[in-house]
Amino acid sequence: MSHLSLPAPSRRSLSLHDTKVRGVLYQLLLAGCLLALALGIGMQTASNMRVRGIPLSFDFWNESAGFDINQTLIPYDALSTYGQAFWVGVVNTLYVSVLAILFATLLGFVIGVARLSPNWIVSKVATAYVELVRNVPLLLQLLFWYNAVLKPLPSPKASIAIPGGIYLNNRGLIIPEIHLHPGAGLVGLAFVAAISCCVAFWFRARSVQRRTGEQLPVLLVSLATLIGFPLVVFLAAGEPVSFVAPQLRGFNFQGGHQLYPEFAALLIGLSVYTGSYIAEIVRGGIQAVPKGQTEAAYALGLAPGKTLRLIVVPQALRIIIPPLTSQYLNLIKNSSLAVFIGYPDLVQIFAGTVLNQTGAAVQVMAITLSVYLVISLATSLAMNACNRHFAIVER
Amino acid sequence: MSDQSMRSPVVSSALIPAMAPPADVRPGPVSWMKKNLFSTPSSGALTICFVLLAAWLLHHFLSFAIFNAVWSGGHEACRTNSQGACWPFIAEKLDYLRYGAYPVFERWRVDLAQAIGAILIVWLLWTKAPRRKVAALLFFLVYPVAAFVLVRGVAWLHLPVIDTTLWGGLLITLLMSIVGIVFSLPIGVILALGRRSELPFVKTVCVTFIEVVRGVPFITVLFMANFMMPLFVPDYLTPDRLLRPLIAIALFSSAYMAEVVRAGLQAIPKGQYEAAKALGISYFDMMRLIVLPQALTIVIPSIVSTFIGLFKDTTLVAIVGIADFLKAVETARVDPNWAGPTISSTGYLFAGLVYWGFCFGMSRYSQSMERQLARGHKS
Repeated sequence: MSHLSLPAPSRRSLSLHDTKVRGVLYQLLLAGCLLALALGIGMQTASNMRVRGIPLSFDFWNESAGFDINQTLIPYDALSTYGQAFWVGVVNTLYVSVLAILFATLLGFVIGVARLSPNWIVSKVATAYVELVRNVPLLLQLLFWYNAVLKPLPSPKASIAIPGGIYLNNRGLIIPEIHLHPGAGLVGLAFVAAISCCVAFWFRARSVQRRTGEQLPVLLVSLATLIGFPLVVFLAAGEPVSFVAPQLRGFNFQGGHQLYPEFAALLIGLSVYTGSYIAEIVRGGIQAVPKGQTEAAYALGLAPGKTLRLIVVPQALRIIIPPLTSQYLNLIKNSSLAVFIGYPDLVQIFAGTVLNQTGAAVQVMAITLSVYLVISLATSLAMNACNRHFAIVER
Repeated sequence: MSDQSMRSPVVSSALIPAMAPPADVRPGPVSWMKKNLFSTPSSGALTICFVLLAAWLLHHFLSFAIFNAVWSGGHEACRTNSQGACWPFIAEKLDYLRYGAYPVFERWRVDLAQAIGAILIVWLLWTKAPRRKVAALLFFLVYPVAAFVLVRGVAWLHLPVIDTTLWGGLLITLLMSIVGIVFSLPIGVILALGRRSELPFVKTVCVTFIEVVRGVPFITVLFMANFMMPLFVPDYLTPDRLLRPLIAIALFSSAYMAEVVRAGLQAIPKGQYEAAKALGISYFDMMRLIVLPQALTIVIPSIVSTFIGLFKDTTLVAIVGIADFLKAVETARVDPNWAGPTISSTGYLFAGLVYWGFCFGMSRYSQSMERQLARGHKS
């Protein structure tokens, strides 16, 4: 048979009509153009920076920053370095983003379910909310919350007093300060122990239900443990935690934790705006679950609340999670609008004040962009893991 | 047998007249309310709560915007009224909000450019209009040049050149949006084709660009454009201060547009590509004549949604010192001549109404387009 085999293909000649050759040529062309562009820009930038005396090193990182930041979650003062200012910005960005993601998700799920409510007025109010909030720029909403709602509040002297030692004025919301005395660690340990007990009980309840069908009162037991055990330890240890109410001294309050209006406006604005998008995603996800699922659950005698929680939402989550991820990413990116109302986030501190003071535009912008890219990447990875957890397990 | 039963006194031979259905299932307001508002006690309680909430919100809104508002007079009238909006403020500032500091006697040029743009957009978006390809050609190629010549001016047409530092208000917002859409669509198509290309280097370049731009906030892109673009080029090529955010917005939105177009390309059945290749059609003709017309039609609703996002994002250009519509409102509301208790709220209400009107109109168009496309696919 070997003598019947086809002749070996002749050596392919290099021709411009060969798609592979053309592919390589196109790519070489593109690479050449990009390289030329990068080189041109790089050399021009280097010479421009020399002429204007802009530094091209990271020496500024350890220099004293010399400006103060009102909201800092990590130690910082005017003598700290630019590097420390950078970390304050990163922490503040993450802080407001995480809280806003939490509130936006809650709000979005409530509004999304409300839009599908059989009650006409509930669904209409939810629709009105979504249509109103989605179609107005986020920046306008932030400015509105900050300049038209929070800034016209009364001055500290005329604060609105809320029972429990809480005061609301145009410098923010002031809540009682928590003082920890020796022995407070025990209460914390008790709380951790209570959480572990709840988790163990939840696993046990699940296995009992799988075996016997009997449902143990998980919620009641968990609540009792979570509140009761730390409370007992708290009383036994001689009340080691106390709250100190803020006091009005002169023109401002002394003591107490202050929630700044910039932070509050950003948190409210981001939660309300992203919540409206999440509501639409939730509505779409729930509508995509076939009606037969709900009807089958009702036929089996499940209550509407349990049907939603146990049958509809787990299936809807598969559809909801990918677009939800991109909304979370949008929220994190939108937190950079903080710069317009003066909340000290990464962009305001680093790409704003630090850039202006040091003039190191290239380095500062490169670091800022990298931070956002890293945050985006990390969020994507976390949400992808979450998505795998909820995905249909193919058997 | 049958005779007997027919005559039996328990069987009536006369027809019983039809009765009206009970009131609560009869179609009408009562049964509708019972079904949609008071189906269960908890639903009834919710209804009462929400009616009260809606009434309270509506009452406050209407009394602020209409009943307690100042409709005529000057700033003195607004200074004493802390309950309602101050509409004379908007009336006086309206020209500033529309044109910024653009010279008064040349404002007809802006009006004309905006009118032409509006006509072209209606022509382009109205699906039953004739010769929509001509409209597309005019809008994407001729209009940008014509509008630029008209608004900026060229000396040899006896149109005085108006410096871009004088431009402002709604003019800037619309300019940013139009530039964004006109440039982002073609660049987005190229990037999307590159992302789906079989050439590894082209693909890597496109994926990197798209993912990096989509991973960072628009504000940082604006900062980049503003601070770093002058460093990238020789001094004599330094872009105008208005051109820098325009380039930023075009590049930024093209990354988002690329993903929209990619979704459309993926939705086209593989058979379309294979059939075109089997007929010996070249790559560019295949894309131009077969794939892209279908892909772009499918994604029109997504393109409009992206455009709504772009329109809302134009507000951020204020960070690099461009006086767009929202910035003009911000400037107007702190005017000391008009210091009054409700000036800020009035300004924000007016800005909100304008943005809401534009965005809501576009989203309604997108929804109707979606229904129309869904109908087309079913038949």
